[in-house]
Amino acid sequence: MNFYAIRAIYFHEMDRMRRTIFQSILSPVISTSLYFIVFGSVIGGMIPQIDGVSYGSFIVPGLLMLTLLTQSISNSAFGIFFPKFTGSVYEVLAAPISSIEIIIGFVGASASKSLIVGVIILFTASFFVELQIQYPLLMLFLLILTCLTFSLFGFLIGLLSDNFEQLQVVPLIIITPLVFLGGSLYTIEMLPEFWQKVSYFNPVVYLINGMRWSFYGASDINIFISIVSLIGFLVACIVGVAIVISKGYGIKN
Amino acid sequence: MQSIVSINNLSKIYDNNFQALKNINLDIRKNEIFALLGPNGAGKTTLISIICGIVNPTVGKVLVNEYDIIKDYRKTRSQIGLVPQELTLEQFEIVYNNVAYTRGLYGKVPNPDLIEKLLKDLSLWDKKDSKINELSGGMKRRVLIAKALSHEPSVLFLDEPSSGVDVELRQDMWKIIENLRDTGVTIILTTHYIEEAEAIADRVAVINNGEMIIVDDTENLIKSMGQKTLTIDLHEMINILPESLDQYDLEIMNNGLSINYRYDTQSKQTGITSLLQDMKESGLKLKDLKTEQSSLENIFVELVRENS
Repeated sequence: MNFYAIRAIYFHEMDRMRRTIFQSILSPVISTSLYFIVFGSVIGGMIPQIDGVSYGSFIVPGLLMLTLLTQSISNSAFGIFFPKFTGSVYEVLAAPISSIEIIIGFVGASASKSLIVGVIILFTASFFVELQIQYPLLMLFLLILTCLTFSLFGFLIGLLSDNFEQLQVVPLIIITPLVFLGGSLYTIEMLPEFWQKVSYFNPVVYLINGMRWSFYGASDINIFISIVSLIGFLVACIVGVAIVISKGYGIKN
Repeated sequence: MQSIVSINNLSKIYDNNFQALKNINLDIRKNEIFALLGPNGAGKTTLISIICGIVNPTVGKVLVNEYDIIKDYRKTRSQIGLVPQELTLEQFEIVYNNVAYTRGLYGKVPNPDLIEKLLKDLSLWDKKDSKINELSGGMKRRVLIAKALSHEPSVLFLDEPSSGVDVELRQDMWKIIENLRDTGVTIILTTHYIEEAEAIADRVAVINNGEMIIVDDTENLIKSMGQKTLTIDLHEMINILPESLDQYDLEIMNNGLSINYRYDTQSKQTGITSLLQDMKESGLKLKDLKTEQSSLENIFVELVRENS
């Protein structure tokens, strides 16, 4: 294992975050905080409790997931796409590094960035809404698993994208709608029966409800189903990235 | 002499069905400066990209120091440094970090002393804290060289090292390359500047349309394929050549005040003695004589034209 290479890629990527602190950290924190202020503090006060939790507190896990998913995907996709775009990816490809080491470096850095953003968002949320976490270890586990899984997914997108438009399509056109329609701001039970059934086809519903369960011990979906879904998606991403990188699609042909 | 890079029956067909390399066979000797010449799109960059691991080969085998580039990629790549053609650098990162990053990628323990020496040797030490986007094109190219040398490779590939640099910097680059060879590094450079190959390369290969046309010592190539031109300056201007000189390959130059005679340096008889005799008999008065060896450029153009 080329540990120095993993370390080099990891810190090179983390350094990018340091250089672009406004875009990497402040921007997602500020936009999520605005949700807490508007939906949590202002409008939330007028909405009755859901599952015994104030509306402001109820939306925290969903909004946390929204940020984690979009940040993990964009961090990782951009991390590998940018060197591809500038051509500097040559030195990663020409170095004595295995595919798995490249993935650990890039995805590890992307997941770390998202985790940092997630922790800051949780901390910020505590200023605007009443925050309680019943199962902190489970919450941390889900937080890390989500960051890793979606960083891998983003890495796959970055590898396969040929331009900036393709890079943005999945986070903006697919992930954001799936999160908003996946019960981040409401429970599935609030929907008419037909839309409840449709919602169960939305994979993000399982992620948000898993996170919500770790906060409040209550959700629309069984926690084990949520965890298994997340692990299943993680495995699918690992297989996808392994195939793409071993064949050299998008970078070596 | 021992080969450090050995290429056998190598072909590359890209996804769009373009065949960039056709059955290439080549041995590069240890500690030589080897120039790969060819017009744009000939396959030079594809060839070195395959050896360096950036592009997958379609068919064939490449050994670096007797290790296979696919099976033993860690061993082969750790011996290779690559200076790419384009100035592909992380624009917002500082020079020092850019170089240290590459050393890390090659699995080497951080070595600030080595990086300091490299940057000083390449006149970049005073720019070590500058961002790449603050540097000139020539400095960026030197940063690329520093990066390629940061892991102490034994084989260095330079893809068009003089592309887009001025004459002074080009000559600096040649000095750097020759100094590197003195430290035991094998240098392989691609270029379409013939004078570059002529000035520094021990051996030259010409590639065109993905095929290797010729591989030879630079001197041998010039000697064996070169022609010489004898320029004869005349006292009086002429419009047409006397009939008695029809048998020679002559050309009137300089508004009729000179005659050029092309001859093969390898033939037993150059025909110069009889030409001068016949000229005297035809009444032409000679003023001066000079000879000129054809350059690698002429040979290159000739070879590529024949192959096309």
